[in-house]
Amino acid sequence: MRASLAVVLFSVSAAALAADAGEIKVVSGAAHIERGSERLAARVGMPVQEADRVVTGADGTVGITFADNSLLSIGPGSSFAIDRYVFDSTTHAGKFDSTLSKGTLAVVSGKMVKQSPEAMHVRTPSAIMGVRGTDFVVRVSDH
Amino acid sequence: MPVLVVAVMIALAVITAAPVESVTVLPSADGHVGTVVVQRGEAQQVLHEAYATSRSGQAELTRLSAQEVQNTYGKALHALPAQAATFLLYFITGTDELTTDSKLELDKVLGALRERPLPDVLVIGHTDTVGDAEANDRLSAQRAETVKGFLVGIGIPAVRIRTAGRGERELLVPTDDNIEEPRNRRVEINVR
Repeated sequence: MRASLAVVLFSVSAAALAADAGEIKVVSGAAHIERGSERLAARVGMPVQEADRVVTGADGTVGITFADNSLLSIGPGSSFAIDRYVFDSTTHAGKFDSTLSKGTLAVVSGKMVKQSPEAMHVRTPSAIMGVRGTDFVVRVSDH
Repeated sequence: MPVLVVAVMIALAVITAAPVESVTVLPSADGHVGTVVVQRGEAQQVLHEAYATSRSGQAELTRLSAQEVQNTYGKALHALPAQAATFLLYFITGTDELTTDSKLELDKVLGALRERPLPDVLVIGHTDTVGDAEANDRLSAQRAETVKGFLVGIGIPAVRIRTAGRGERELLVPTDDNIEEPRNRRVEINVR
């Protein structure tokens, strides 16, 4: 009985780990995460997951390290969604799709792009960007 | 107000309502420049030079200056987390005691940890092929735990440190069995 409980606990925590795409490493100013109907104040150490949206206020910035060592940061007045994040730490295969609806974004691509050049895409309202192993910045503004 | 002026104002409002989008490729920390392929409807643009920029509504690529990148993206760039870093520490044969050189290298690890407000650390222990595989699994795990102990000792929370022992499965320098190889007696420390 005790053994089976341990197995259940282990599989629950393994599933929880698998759901984490990355972790917030940097926060300044006003910033929050929209997760389903929840609105969570962004803080250092908070995990981010597939389907999360990161929203920053006029003075807010957020920096995230993903499981494959991709680095992303979101500038002030931004709305950025993690549409899909899958990464196999053994094979380095994965898929990372995201959308910047407004604001600014800086990206340093990680291991999954090294493994497979088609693994990472960033969308904006009018474009899709395929990323092949590089640093880049994206801006969507009203003017 | 003349009808023409109103019409022009409406037209301007419609034009300016469309968001302006811009993508710029940057040189990475090691100077390498990769590629971003921008697909906008049927049109495709390939950016593969430092500061090459694609803008919505413009067929031609442009180039931003480093200063323009700083002006527009400075706050976002400032929020980028530190790059992941990897360190190797080596051990005296058959023990979990660091070599003299690696005791000095440990200072670099501590420096990388202090740069990060909330580091997470993966410590992976390895052995050479001296001794049997099971004993080496234990020794590699012990080496990883010893290094974890150092890191906890300088104030890194234990919950932020994961350890693993890989025994003699992942030799840095491939050798036959029962060969002493200092470069294989190591722990790899990944800091993020």
